[in-house]
Amino acid sequence: MALLDVRDLSVVFKRKGTRPFTAVDGVSFSVEPGQTVGLVGESGSGKSVTSLAIMGLLPKRGAEVGGSVTFSGTELLTLSDKQLRDRRGRDLGMVFQDPLSSLNPVITIGLQITEVLERHRGMSRKEARVEAAELLDRVGLPDPGRRIDEYPHQLSGGMRQRVLIAIALACRPKLLIADEPTTALDVTIQAQILSLLSELVSETDTALIMITHDLGVVAGLCDDVNVMYGGRIVERAQRHDLFDRSRHPYTHGLLQSIPRLDAPRGEPLTPIRGSVSDNIEWEQGCAFAPRCPNATDVCWSDPPELKADDGRMLRCHNPVAIGDAVTEGAL
Amino acid sequence: MTDKTATTTEATDTDTAGTDTAGADTVGIDEARNDAAGADAAGAETATGTGEAGPGDGAVGGDDVLVTVEDLKVHFPIKRGIVLERTAGYVYAVDGVDLTIRRGETYGLVGESGCGKTTLGRGLLRLVEPTGGRIVFDDTDVSTLKGETLRKSRRRMQMIFQDPLSSLDPRQSVESILVEGMRAHGLDSGKEATRARLVELLDSVGLPESALHKYPHEFSGGQRQRIGIARALAVEPDLIVADEPVSALDVSVQAQVLNLLEELQQRLGLTYLVIAHDLAVVRHISDRIGVMYLGSLVEEASSDEMYAEPMHPYTKALLSAVPVPDPTVEDEREQILLTGDLPSPANPPTGCRFHTRCPWKQDTLCDTNRPELRDVGGGHRVACHYAEDILAGRISRHEVEPELVHPDA
Ligand SMILES: Nc1ncnc2c1ncn2[C@@H]1O[C@H](COP(=O)(O)OP(=O)(O)O)[C@@H](O)[C@H]1O
Ligand SMILES: Nc1ncnc2c1ncn2[C@@H]1O[C@H](COP(=O)(O)OP(=O)(O)O)[C@@H](O)[C@H]1O
Ligand code: SF4
Ligand code: SF4
Ligand SMILES: [Mg+2]
Ligand SMILES: [Mg+2]
Repeated sequence: MALLDVRDLSVVFKRKGTRPFTAVDGVSFSVEPGQTVGLVGESGSGKSVTSLAIMGLLPKRGAEVGGSVTFSGTELLTLSDKQLRDRRGRDLGMVFQDPLSSLNPVITIGLQITEVLERHRGMSRKEARVEAAELLDRVGLPDPGRRIDEYPHQLSGGMRQRVLIAIALACRPKLLIADEPTTALDVTIQAQILSLLSELVSETDTALIMITHDLGVVAGLCDDVNVMYGGRIVERAQRHDLFDRSRHPYTHGLLQSIPRLDAPRGEPLTPIRGSVSDNIEWEQGCAFAPRCPNATDVCWSDPPELKADDGRMLRCHNPVAIGDAVTEGAL
Repeated sequence: MTDKTATTTEATDTDTAGTDTAGADTVGIDEARNDAAGADAAGAETATGTGEAGPGDGAVGGDDVLVTVEDLKVHFPIKRGIVLERTAGYVYAVDGVDLTIRRGETYGLVGESGCGKTTLGRGLLRLVEPTGGRIVFDDTDVSTLKGETLRKSRRRMQMIFQDPLSSLDPRQSVESILVEGMRAHGLDSGKEATRARLVELLDSVGLPESALHKYPHEFSGGQRQRIGIARALAVEPDLIVADEPVSALDVSVQAQVLNLLEELQQRLGLTYLVIAHDLAVVRHISDRIGVMYLGSLVEEASSDEMYAEPMHPYTKALLSAVPVPDPTVEDEREQILLTGDLPSPANPPTGCRFHTRCPWKQDTLCDTNRPELRDVGGGHRVACHYAEDILAGRISRHEVEPELVHPDA
């Protein structure tokens, strides 16, 4: 049985005076214990809303969540607030992009960890403090015995993100969701945090959902990758299959348009035309049609379904031909 | 400190890798704007009204130098005290930079947020007053220019900013944004010619004529950046300083703007200084690259050479940290992970500024003598006492005890 099974998840935002907005639509994927699954896509594609829906963190009013999310066999979407909080504390951990806004500025980092340990692992204050220092040490915070009594603003952004990871790991979750955990950080700090995350998940057999807009990050980290566009998954494959042979015109277009560090100077880029706002409703056809080089009439009139094809899942009427799908790589 | 600024920018939730000092940028824009707006058009220059290349055309790729920066320093005073304000120290944002930019080339400046890239770009254009050093532009020492001559020299050096929305006045139509600079430099020579020029400008950045009467918020991020580029081109500059020109844009749109910049350079013979924290972007667009760390250049080489044979330990770490969207490459990528925090530019380490984090640091010289940026052959410049020894493998990497830095220190 999968650890997490997301089936046909949808999130519709409804606000008085505005048209309902479908941010996530028919999203299905599952995560096995110890597996790392990527959600990639550009801003607004529905990655964060998907993760918030899984965690039960969307506002109760104004957000209509449909479909099902089962965790170790338990349906999460119908749990009460209290049951959900318990779950979140015990089985599910989350790390966000901006560590400063997820940490309480007036409480020492030590106390923020010991709170979790006392509440969810039933430790005494004393035990919790020892464990907190150990956790901080494990996430690579130097001199944890002293740092434990400092406040978030006394740490650099990279160190704060380590603290956040320590808090998320405090209750030994089975699943960790990391939403753009390194986007606000410099690249050398990103490298530290990513290597820490992958080390921790492999040591503890924690499953990880990695949310990012950076295809480079998923290429190194994820077993399975889901590519999202306009609230739907458009391609899902194992990372080697996806990157060696991207079949969806959007995935393929992205890979052709981003400069690679290992490509020689002057290697031409092929941009995707238009911008994310040039789309049509999924109900009407393919949301990517206005930007897609492969679009034909059917794309404008029939919404493509997510179907198994070529060892992956694809939502496309005219996928990139296998011969053309090989991405121009390094020299 | 640096990470704090980065987080502030992220609050706008653009979901991009753009993590730069937005605050500082905004100051620059206002200055630039006031400069253009406040000037009464002293029409000494004649408008050609054509998009033809400037005087630099034809020299592309040569050794003809357009910009020389010598020992440039920009120190910001740190003020303490509310009633009796006093200077409690300095942020050594740019602290002794030497570089030259050749006519028609693209010089890329990389480094992590807070290392002084933006300040260097703004100091070069004198949008911020340098504390010391010299800037020579096309054989004229612009560091000493004042008043009207300084204002006029600015026509030839323009800037493109990271966030097109905050660098464009929301109340101005595209037409008025573009005309403003032309007028300030006496380049609007009559209604018809100006109109033709505006249409030509828009066309050159891939926007339709109908854009003229629209306002910045009516455009997507990529289109707004095109407007920013058109504004820079309006005064027919020789040099464009592009500060993080694509980092606020969605990945799928970045390539459009990068390609546009390259196409314009070829057509108009422009010289670029491209500032970016994204190494892949800089490597793609630049002929030569300079790597900055804590206010100074640590290495400079051609784009391909920098990738093939980085010599400075910081450059090595930086390059090794960049993920490549290719699992096969990723599985083999050997990383040099740095430990500890970036030191504060208000309190930079002694000797080599990288010594607190350098995995090759030696017991002599590193923490006492500041290494000069020296040519190690073929124009490859490195500021490391042990560059040759590291390259030859005579000294090897070791563990580094991480040092933390208080963000407000
Ligand atoms: N609370 C909300 N109310 C209304 N719309 C929202 C809300 N949160 C997110 N959205 C919209 O849902 C879409 C998906 O957002 P998100 O999941 O945050 O994208 P991303 O892939 O960048 O994480 C966006 O168009 C966003 O504007
Ligand atoms: N106007 C200013 N006043 C004081 N400090 C500044 C100012 N502008 C930049 N700084 C500081 O100078 C350093 C370099 O900043 P900046 O040039 O923006 O770096 P980068 O562009 O590489 O991110 C940073 O520590 C920044 O906080
Ligand atoms: S369904 Fe049509 S428009 Fe959509 S991605 Fe496939 S080919 Fe392109
Ligand atoms: S001079 Fe010393 S500390 Fe600086 S980069 Fe070279 S080896 Fe490292
Ligand atoms: Mg998001
Ligand atoms: Mg900057």
